[in-house]
Amino acid sequence: MSETFLLDGEDIPFEPGQTVMQAALAAGHYIPHLCYHPEFKPHGSCKVCTVKIAGRYATSCTAPAQAGLDVASDTDEVNELRRTLVQMLFAEGNHFCPSCEKSGNCVLQALGYDLGVMTAGFRHLFPDRPVDASHPDILLDFNRCILCELCVRASCEVDGKCVFALAGRGITKHLIVNAESGRLADTEVELTDKALAVCPVGAILIKRQGFAVPIGERRYDLSPISAQALADAPRPPSGSQPCPSCEDEA
Amino acid sequence: MAFDLETAEHPEKLRRVAIEPVSRVEGHGKVTLLLDEDNHIRQARLHIVEFRGFEKFVQGRPYWEIPVMVQRLCGICPVSHHLAACKALDQVVGATRVTPTADKLRRLMHYGQILQSHALHFFHLASPDLLFGFDSDLGKRNIVGVIAEYPDLARQGVLLRKYGQEVIRVTAGKRVHGTGSVPGGVNKNLSRAERDALLKDAYQIIAWSRDAVHLVQRLFEQNLALYNEFGSFRAHTLNLVRADGAMDLYHGGLRARTSDGKTLFDHVDYNNYWDHIYEEVKPWSYMKFPYFRELGPDLGWYRVGPLTRVSQCDFIPTPLADKERQTFLAYDGGRPAAATLGTHWARMIEMLHSAEMIKDLLHDDDVLGDDLVTTGERQGRGVGVIEAPRGTLIHHYRVDENDQVIRANLIVSTTHNNQAMNEAIRAVARKHLDGHELTEGLLNHIEVAIRAFDPCLSCATHAMGKMPLRVELIDAEGREVDRLVRSGDGSCA
Ligand code: SF4
Ligand code: FES
Repeated sequence: MSETFLLDGEDIPFEPGQTVMQAALAAGHYIPHLCYHPEFKPHGSCKVCTVKIAGRYATSCTAPAQAGLDVASDTDEVNELRRTLVQMLFAEGNHFCPSCEKSGNCVLQALGYDLGVMTAGFRHLFPDRPVDASHPDILLDFNRCILCELCVRASCEVDGKCVFALAGRGITKHLIVNAESGRLADTEVELTDKALAVCPVGAILIKRQGFAVPIGERRYDLSPISAQALADAPRPPSGSQPCPSCEDEA
Repeated sequence: MAFDLETAEHPEKLRRVAIEPVSRVEGHGKVTLLLDEDNHIRQARLHIVEFRGFEKFVQGRPYWEIPVMVQRLCGICPVSHHLAACKALDQVVGATRVTPTADKLRRLMHYGQILQSHALHFFHLASPDLLFGFDSDLGKRNIVGVIAEYPDLARQGVLLRKYGQEVIRVTAGKRVHGTGSVPGGVNKNLSRAERDALLKDAYQIIAWSRDAVHLVQRLFEQNLALYNEFGSFRAHTLNLVRADGAMDLYHGGLRARTSDGKTLFDHVDYNNYWDHIYEEVKPWSYMKFPYFRELGPDLGWYRVGPLTRVSQCDFIPTPLADKERQTFLAYDGGRPAAATLGTHWARMIEMLHSAEMIKDLLHDDDVLGDDLVTTGERQGRGVGVIEAPRGTLIHHYRVDENDQVIRANLIVSTTHNNQAMNEAIRAVARKHLDGHELTEGLLNHIEVAIRAFDPCLSCATHAMGKMPLRVELIDAEGREVDRLVRSGDGSCA
């Protein structure tokens, strides 16, 4: 814990093997992020965690912490970039927050609020994406998928099933499920799967639970995403307790 | 009767007057008046663009999303759509009877909605016309003018509406587009603190509501002949009533009466509404024209809303409002209770009823209960009917075994009142437009008639009493003879 780097002018201690994101969160400094999840290997796809390191853009969820780095995160320039990224995500899918059951529990929405995204910014593409309601207890609403691959990672790494995958490239990239029919009902997915719990938006939903939690008691009604990310952040290993996201790299 | 207007023998010889809101906003409409060669009104058509797309839009969506989604349908009464959808989806989830707590919280939400909508409709939108006169200076004929000349009244209007919104907020979670009601029940109850805070003002709200009823009564007294006659017409009626015949704005059976007071059907289970109500599509309108099957498409149109509900219920189950109902029905031989402007009087009686209901419900400890949701055997379809501020509202869904909505049919108050509004406009136009040049005063009169039914239509939520209008006088060959444009700021050119 002796080595440090600079984040917005403050010293951040880190341990070998930690990323800039992990060290920052552990030290109580929030860096906005979307596809990063403390329990999974960094993915580096959404770019919302972008920071400037020595004048160059880098994704802080994948950048290894190194002594002496000079990292700029909470600056107008970088936050403007993040806002643009979030706006593009909103424009690409069909995110109708007012009628979405994930509203108040949605990472994308919470991030939008946190970053002060006030307008759409781009013309909405309004893609035509039918939902997959074939499974008796789980609904897949592709309209809201932001392609973070968290479900993909969770299903393979934790559930050991690889129910989800991304197919296609560029603007045609989309979520698919592992069944010949292409229907969720024909996959091995189960209600207890980790993959269902990690979706940051309203794309993977447990059926018939929407709107059960009243306004005022939803996740981000209670505290903003920045505070919750810090509360959820992995702490340096204490005692025998391993830090789930510090493992690996072996 | 009505349809001699639409079947003019030589429509090609008619001149056309189009009145069109300039700002294209929700529930926008256009009025076409067809004149014959002698400048007599032959046809009145109100064109409204709304709702059609929605029935398509919900297809494929999971059913539990619908009650929240449908709130986007109306800027003034989102809660009515929220609750009508929930009542329909109660049936889908097999909740044939929701818990007392759920029922009472939903009612509370609904009466909050009626209170806030009626207050908005009357004080903010209609009172300037009534207090200052239909032809008075536009610069004054708005809520700002009311605030200047009748500050106490304006303040009461604002606070009545605010109270209604507060009732909605604590029951739905938000003042607009809340989520409080869910298929099978509600997702929250009232805390003791919320209940007590609302109770504190409940009696003041009742008193102000009663004052508002008396205000409309005085306006009638001052202009009796004008008010009785203005835009008036005879109509069949449709409304919900409780099993004992009482007014019930949240739930009941369907009652229909003919214009001469005969009962067409009564206490009909609304699940079978299509046994009695058909919808006709006409080439010139996006809106459908519902009619009583028993009477056929030409004669079967009817009127819904406050005037119908107050005049056609057997009694109002709260004492102050029922007393006002009796006064209203007996007044001047019952003429106001048949008059288009009597709608405002009836509306204020309903506002008083809602205030009394809110007070009663707040005194009922069931609203603090914890038993929020029930379910039962799944059904493939559900119908929900409620009396929304402007009239009967029907939601009808089919849901497949994957929980997806496969069909939706909505009949909203404005659609029920489609032909009735045409009749009101025609009555006004015949009296005030026939054989005259286009003037702003004529527009004002049409506007006042529309506003008796429907503030949305007049784009009033946006223009606050200054309906932006474009009037074109076009002859049978399509030539524009005259034009009058009034923009949202009230200036004419
Ligand atoms: S379904 Fe959810 S978790 Fe999976 S890729 Fe899409 S947004 Fe990410
Ligand atoms: S959080 Fe780092 S790229 Fe998504």
